[in-house]
Amino acid sequence: MGQGWEPWGAYRAVMGLWGAYGAGPGAVGCLWGQDRSRGVHIGQGWELWGAYGAGLGTLGCLWGRARSRGVPMGQGREPWSAYGAGLGAVGCLWDRARSRGVHVGQGWEPWGAYRAVMGLRGAYGTGLGTLGCLWGRARSRGVHVGLGWEPWGAYGDGPGAVGRMWGQAGSCGVPWDTGAAWAGGGVGPQGGCGGAEPPLPVGNAPPAPQRPPPPLAAMGLLSDPYRRRALSRLVLRLNTPLCLLSYAAGLGWFLALAFPPVAPRTYMSENAMGSTMVEEQFVYGERALSYAREFAGHKKKAGGLPVAWLEKTMWNLGLEVYKQPFSRTLPFPDETRERYMVKGTNVYGILRAPRAASTESLVLSVPCSEGQHNNQAVGLMLALASYFRGQIYWAKDIIFLVNEHDLLGMEAWLEAYHDVNITEMQSSGMLGRAGAIQAAVSLELSSDVVTSFDVAVEGLNGQLPNLDLVNLFHAFCQKNGLLCTIQGKLQRSDWDTLPAYAHSLQTLLLMVLKQGSGRPQGDHGLFLRYHIEAITVRGINSFRQYKYDMSTVGKTLEGMFRKLNNLLERLHQSYFFYLLPSLSRFVSIGVYMPAFGFLILILVLKALDLWMKLSKCDASSAERLWDGDQAAVHGTAEESRPGLLTLVPPLLICHATGLTLYFLPVLGQHVATQHFPVSESEAVVLTVIAIYVAGLALPHNTHRVLTGSGSDRGWMTLKLLALLYLAMQLGCVALVNFSLGFLLAATMVPVAAAVQPTGPKYLYAVLLVLVTPAVTLLLGIFLYQELIEYPVSVLECWQLFLQAVAEGLLDHYLYGSIVFPFVAIFVYPCWLLLWNVLFWK
Amino acid sequence: MPDIFSLFQDQAEQFFKSGHTNNWAVLVCTSRFWFNYRHVANTLSVYRSVKRLGIPDSHIVLMLADDMACNPRNPKPATVFSHKNMELNVYGDDVEVDYRSYEVTVENFLRVLTGRIPPGTPRSKRLLSDDRSNILIYMTGHGGNGFLKFQDSEEITNVELADAFEQMWQKRRYNELLFIIDTCQGASMYERFYSPNIMALASSQVGEDSLSHQPDLGIGVHLMDRYTFYVLEFLEEIHPASQTNMNDLFQVCPKSLCVSTPGHRTDLFQRDPQNVLITDFFGSVRKVEITAETISLDPNLAAFESKPPKDELAAEPLKYAEQLPVAQIIHQKPKQKDWHPPGGFILGLWALIIMVFFKTYGIKHMKHIF
Repeated sequence: MGQGWEPWGAYRAVMGLWGAYGAGPGAVGCLWGQDRSRGVHIGQGWELWGAYGAGLGTLGCLWGRARSRGVPMGQGREPWSAYGAGLGAVGCLWDRARSRGVHVGQGWEPWGAYRAVMGLRGAYGTGLGTLGCLWGRARSRGVHVGLGWEPWGAYGDGPGAVGRMWGQAGSCGVPWDTGAAWAGGGVGPQGGCGGAEPPLPVGNAPPAPQRPPPPLAAMGLLSDPYRRRALSRLVLRLNTPLCLLSYAAGLGWFLALAFPPVAPRTYMSENAMGSTMVEEQFVYGERALSYAREFAGHKKKAGGLPVAWLEKTMWNLGLEVYKQPFSRTLPFPDETRERYMVKGTNVYGILRAPRAASTESLVLSVPCSEGQHNNQAVGLMLALASYFRGQIYWAKDIIFLVNEHDLLGMEAWLEAYHDVNITEMQSSGMLGRAGAIQAAVSLELSSDVVTSFDVAVEGLNGQLPNLDLVNLFHAFCQKNGLLCTIQGKLQRSDWDTLPAYAHSLQTLLLMVLKQGSGRPQGDHGLFLRYHIEAITVRGINSFRQYKYDMSTVGKTLEGMFRKLNNLLERLHQSYFFYLLPSLSRFVSIGVYMPAFGFLILILVLKALDLWMKLSKCDASSAERLWDGDQAAVHGTAEESRPGLLTLVPPLLICHATGLTLYFLPVLGQHVATQHFPVSESEAVVLTVIAIYVAGLALPHNTHRVLTGSGSDRGWMTLKLLALLYLAMQLGCVALVNFSLGFLLAATMVPVAAAVQPTGPKYLYAVLLVLVTPAVTLLLGIFLYQELIEYPVSVLECWQLFLQAVAEGLLDHYLYGSIVFPFVAIFVYPCWLLLWNVLFWK
Repeated sequence: MPDIFSLFQDQAEQFFKSGHTNNWAVLVCTSRFWFNYRHVANTLSVYRSVKRLGIPDSHIVLMLADDMACNPRNPKPATVFSHKNMELNVYGDDVEVDYRSYEVTVENFLRVLTGRIPPGTPRSKRLLSDDRSNILIYMTGHGGNGFLKFQDSEEITNVELADAFEQMWQKRRYNELLFIIDTCQGASMYERFYSPNIMALASSQVGEDSLSHQPDLGIGVHLMDRYTFYVLEFLEEIHPASQTNMNDLFQVCPKSLCVSTPGHRTDLFQRDPQNVLITDFFGSVRKVEITAETISLDPNLAAFESKPPKDELAAEPLKYAEQLPVAQIIHQKPKQKDWHPPGGFILGLWALIIMVFFKTYGIKHMKHIF
């Protein structure tokens, strides 16, 4: 390894870990191999992926008798060819090929470089190609793949080789590939192919049809009947292994996201904010505390938000003060917060920018909640307002908002500010405006000193603020030496140990769970709907030695507002879709989406499998008809071809159940309370659960409607439909809320792919019940409680589950969260379809 | 006393030697927005220097793309500082901005240089130079390899700039021209110049960034760029009678201070930079020498002057008609690519071709070839 003598060697020295990782499996491969000098040269690989590929490659040699296969692989100068080599070698599991992967890494011609760009295809082709060699005795087939001068050549090689599954071809890939490569140069592909010896069927090989010369070098995979049959055979035969591999890849990919080298460090993208280059001069921590005490006194006296006092105080600070009364009757009583008919008032003051037009504004919001909670935040806000009033550099108006009844008040205020009414909120119109809101910070503080700050980013429906806002907060925390956490987890300084990895995985999982719930994790969550970047900052006072007073907290906020004030346009430079394994590392959408893609691939593969089986049935029955034995076949053909009528009833019934689940609980709560001794909210939750469980009895009911049930074709068609439907739903929701999509996919997809009316029916039934969204929610709550280190017993977990159901419904009706309708109207019916498939016979 | 007489005559000759009779300056800041405060400060500091050294506002075309002094984010309104100790307010009391905010465009800039201006344009917005003018052109902004960005919407390329200068030369709009640019990869902007009598300086080489200087926590932005900061420091020492020459200006910002490598180009310039005073471009002062003697200028002086001076360049000063070898400069060979396929590749390719050939036709067909 130390012999690397060129830039890549140096690069690898930095990322040394991966080289070692690649070498590791490589050496493992030698355990049973009869090869010499394999692992040796791996160390000379000039780059990361070469070594990685070499690792995979040699894994394939477990039982092979290859010599010197992995050797030059390390010399691969590009990542993907090495990767391809890996895949290629995997195919050699039982093969006796020599020197197959060898030249793959040595491609150094212009097209090779081009292929580096399109690397995936080359590698894909190679992989497929050699996969076909599972039982073949081909030598040197893959050799020239690396020399193929264009991506399509390599690609074409794959399916070609697939066709040789049982053939004994000598170097059949070679001329074909060459032909493909030369096609662009004017030499006809037939010339290249004609040079190849036609494949000779040997021994027990099936009578493979004579392969017609490919009409075009870059022929579409599916338009060539020969290749199509080869591909279909591959999909049919390797379906289960491919699905398992894909699932493992999906989960593995997700778990790898928390690994620090995968997640790059965060950085500030917005030029206008630049750095933390600002001099904070806020020193009025004491004043903040006295405001807080005064506010607490008036709050106690008023028994709620002291509107008059707040108005007067803000007015005296020189702000334009407005209040906004609002009221809202909840669809059913909220028992956790004990509210039903809510009336409240928001008070806000606008600090006008002295030298700019009121076209843009920033918001500092403080929720005023029950009890002695959050008084310090109000105090600090007032002190900041008085300090900000004295500064002349504001280019945006600043709105200081105290909202009552937390999210409800925020919703009312935002709706009124933007003059929309999307929920049934009644509020007076808004008098004072301050232009388009560019960014908002919601502040929660409950003690005079803080030991750390926690930042909440997840908003309604899993929306996230622009990453730059989080970066800004993090940067100022670092500047002022404040501890800042995300998901309540402090970042660890080491990253290359197992506990550190587990720590960042926990943080990541917490974020996924919170985002997947679709609930706003703070008052900022509702801003995001209006494309206003917002975060909630919570001051935490735990038992640590170092504490920070109000001045430091105020300075941090001052710095952030100063920098936000410098903004020229909305925050848009950085990421909107990301996951945070720690506050200083992020995983962008391009990196995490493949994890989900692998899971969806299972559904597609399975659907393809079913489709081919179905079409094969068609073909065989058609053939039998052709034979003339019409009378005998007539009945079976009729039986095997289910009409539309057999599929429509289950679809309709499942969706009707879904719609009932969505509408009935809230509509029927009064009926339920009249007939049963329960409160309204209990009635709603219990109705939800009752309807949900009642869905399990559906197959027995649909059976009566179905005429042609019981046939294989019937359940296969239904399952095909259900799988595609599920894939579509999950794909759609993952674009909006990755976490929700991933959680549902990770649980539902494997069972959905496996379920069928034959085989261990009861095992399937248990599995299917275990992956229903409700159980996923239950397990999610359990996992969440474990992760925040507040474990709960099963009974408590059940209580939390009931609460979560009620809150899910409330979130939907109050703020427009899509999770409940999505599950009720789409995912649940789809799951019911699968349940129908299971009990088809 | 012929000796003394010839001495005076020499002095008189020196006195008239510099070929220009008037000075002009075009100072351009091309960036908007508060976080580009430093570019405005750059330009204003050069403005301050040329004005102090004697070029009047009527001979300065100042183009500022944004108004930092009145930006609402400026904690010290009506000032633009060049140093964080706040001692030098380059905005001063008397700044005459000729082209401001959205008027600073590539089109306007090129029109000013080439004089193709609508007839109604006021004199303050024109560059009324002639073939006896020394022009200082200073530009700053965000640039890249071969271009300089104007505002956020357009850019000028080095070829366009070179062509504009050529047009100026052909239209006899300058005698000598000093071009200074402070931007990332600044040297790329003067690469393509091909007109005579141009001296060019840049803050950085191709591939390098120019860096900012003077981060100020109070104002909250960087106040200046490194190169111009040290140029300003240098110019502050210059007074109208300074004998400092261009070679000193080339030394201004060594890499240790600038981080980038400042570059200069003198091959188009007809004089030795050592003989070019800073004040030839930055100042507008006429030389005054008091002599008690009466100098009767020799009518033969003209003939004497027409002879090539011995310490000057051997070459005849270029006439307008004779250009520098333009084609030679423009049609330079492109740089060779860094990477070449190794020799083995060609061999391998041939081997492959031969292999394919033999595989296709077999050895028995050899006789057809030979």
